[in-house]
Amino acid sequence: MAGLPDPMVPSPLRVQRVRRETYDTFTLELEPANGADGFSFAAGQFNMLYAFGVGEVPISISGDPTKPQTLVHTVRSVGAVTQAICKLKRGDVLGVRGPFGSHWPVEEAAGGDVVIVAGGIGLAPLRPVIYYLLSNREKYGRLALVYGARTLQDLLYNPELEKWRGHFDLAVEVTVDTAAASYRGNVGVVTTLIPRVQFDPLQTAVMVCGPEVMMRFTLRELEARGIGPENIFMSMERNMKCAVGFCGHCQFGPTFICKDGPVFRYDQIQAFFAKREV
Amino acid sequence: MSTETLERVLAEHPFFKHLQRPYLELLAECASRVRFNAGEVIFRESEPANLFYVIRRGKVAVETFAPNRGPIIIQTIGEEGLLGWSWLIPPYRRRFDARAVELTWVIALDGERLREMCEKDHDFGYELMKRVADIMDQRLQATRLQLLDVYDGVRS
Repeated sequence: MAGLPDPMVPSPLRVQRVRRETYDTFTLELEPANGADGFSFAAGQFNMLYAFGVGEVPISISGDPTKPQTLVHTVRSVGAVTQAICKLKRGDVLGVRGPFGSHWPVEEAAGGDVVIVAGGIGLAPLRPVIYYLLSNREKYGRLALVYGARTLQDLLYNPELEKWRGHFDLAVEVTVDTAAASYRGNVGVVTTLIPRVQFDPLQTAVMVCGPEVMMRFTLRELEARGIGPENIFMSMERNMKCAVGFCGHCQFGPTFICKDGPVFRYDQIQAFFAKREV
Repeated sequence: MSTETLERVLAEHPFFKHLQRPYLELLAECASRVRFNAGEVIFRESEPANLFYVIRRGKVAVETFAPNRGPIIIQTIGEEGLLGWSWLIPPYRRRFDARAVELTWVIALDGERLREMCEKDHDFGYELMKRVADIMDQRLQATRLQLLDVYDGVRS
């Protein structure tokens, strides 16, 4: 009897293209290796990527949700599995389970302003949001992207950042922690850019992704700008293993990041977000 | 620019927002409008710090020089920012270099005169000190965050 696909069984996807983003971060474009259809997903969801014989890791989807024929992941090489994934070449096959988890509220945000705050590789899970917003630009008020990275060399998606900057209806603010004197852009932490962004605090959805400490400081700035916790959405990270809420590895307070997250509305996790024990 | 105009410009700047009129008048007497071209040095480390600046338009890089690395930007301050507080703290010398990144318009304030005014009128001094302390707090928090190297997380 035919049923739903087993969420624990990976599908084979073939690497079509590998693009080096920074010295340790790569973007992989994948297509089904077994002739299957495209890979539908919602902005913010993640997949479990399986490097055969090495292991599996959860990685957010960084591609365009309106182009499901190609699955795109941006991977930073930091451990054995991600190192193996980043070494893949065109034609190599990768196991993929997913998509899993909750998504950014792009449709719910229609009619208001949207501010995206990304830190480091946190831009990857938010890139699908940018694609979506720009494809449906008429549905939104002001759009802003605030992005911080350690150095210029750590900025992801440089060609796209330049393109997005060229949009008259998308405010793009980029900052780095340190730079040589020849640099003409912003230097400072990402939170220092938030006061510069124009939005209506009562009609704005803010989507934040980055290291947890960055998100914590970002929350303070957003609070100072009058954004309510019900209008802030964050992508959380814990040690996800099964991705379907069986194993409990990614428990976060009363929730599982893999099943109830990774995208949470801040007021739903506010009570335990800053608890060190959680 | 007349003193009245400067007073109005200062009143609109976030740093001086809601400051009482007599204090704004005092400040306007110590203020002048200054323009810096892109690349122009505003001050150098160790120089006497007799002025401070509120940025109206443009961007300023706060830099330090590191041997073998050359000048490094540690922070940029944009429109509506405040540049320099060494005028308020002995020995009244600059701690860093400052350079205009692009064409920048500022209001320069005579810190030496302001110090005297703060000594004479402690209410004024306290009001000004609270505002500078708020900027210092923001910069301290930002520096701490920079030191944490927060982007070194592993998420993707």
